[in-house]
Amino acid sequence: MSADHAVASHDAHVTSTGLSNVKLGMWLFLGSECLLFGGLISTYMLYRGRVGTGPTPMQVFDIPFTSVSSFVLLMSSLTMVLGVSAAHKGDDRNTYLWVAVTALLGATFVGGQVYEFTAFYNEGMGFTTSLFTSSFYVLTGFHGVHVTVGIIMLMSTLGIMKRSKVPGSKSETIEMLGLYWHFVDIVWIIIFTLIYLIPV
Amino acid sequence: MSTETTTHTEEHGMSNAGYVRIALILAAITALEVSTYYVDFGRLFMPALMIMMVVKFIMVVSYFMHLKFDNKLFSWIFYAGLILAIGVYCVALATFHFFS
Repeated sequence: MSADHAVASHDAHVTSTGLSNVKLGMWLFLGSECLLFGGLISTYMLYRGRVGTGPTPMQVFDIPFTSVSSFVLLMSSLTMVLGVSAAHKGDDRNTYLWVAVTALLGATFVGGQVYEFTAFYNEGMGFTTSLFTSSFYVLTGFHGVHVTVGIIMLMSTLGIMKRSKVPGSKSETIEMLGLYWHFVDIVWIIIFTLIYLIPV
Repeated sequence: MSTETTTHTEEHGMSNAGYVRIALILAAITALEVSTYYVDFGRLFMPALMIMMVVKFIMVVSYFMHLKFDNKLFSWIFYAGLILAIGVYCVALATFHFFS
């Protein structure tokens, strides 16, 4: 029996590719998301020097604070993968635990982003102050929305799992959530380097 | 060894201790990245930062997202989208003389 066929048997699905259609769909979605964030990152790179009379990126960015936020999001990827691993082993207790910790770390990251945006606004960096500020808020805001959607999905799945009403394979559901969450993390890896660490 | 055990290894690839090791490496690279903001790396600054970013990206995709252990079709789908995005936006940026 080939490995691919074995995977298909494991997931109790019979598909024309021998692979899970849900997983295939998720990877297609993530591939298309690369184009979305690519556009937003390119726009920022193009406009980051267009500050007009507003503050420059180096005047407002708080690197130590953003570094801690980045570390928190990175660690949430670890807790997510541990949750996926527990789900594959059928260990419900640890699945709940790690998924809940992931949501908590994600909420900490979003909280940090709200704090950061508030601080920037108070320093005179409004949404329409300059092309730099607009492109910065759109890019990081879109990412923040993705993290928030991820937290909502994690919490919803936990609630549904508690009622034992997850349709299909429970471990596959958690795995798909994990793929989305890790994608959000890799997008931040790029944003942190290109937007925060490279001076204009 | 049963088929189920083989399948389990194919699908998941790593132990929890392995994931923790990967996370520690990622944390160390992040610390190095942040250090480039405070320490003058001279001409190495930009290449070093880019290499560290790419290494972190590939590590998360390969190990945490299991692409390294999964069916190659998933890798093709994802990297096709990524390479298409990089190509399209590099051309777009070049049109606006970003690299000159």
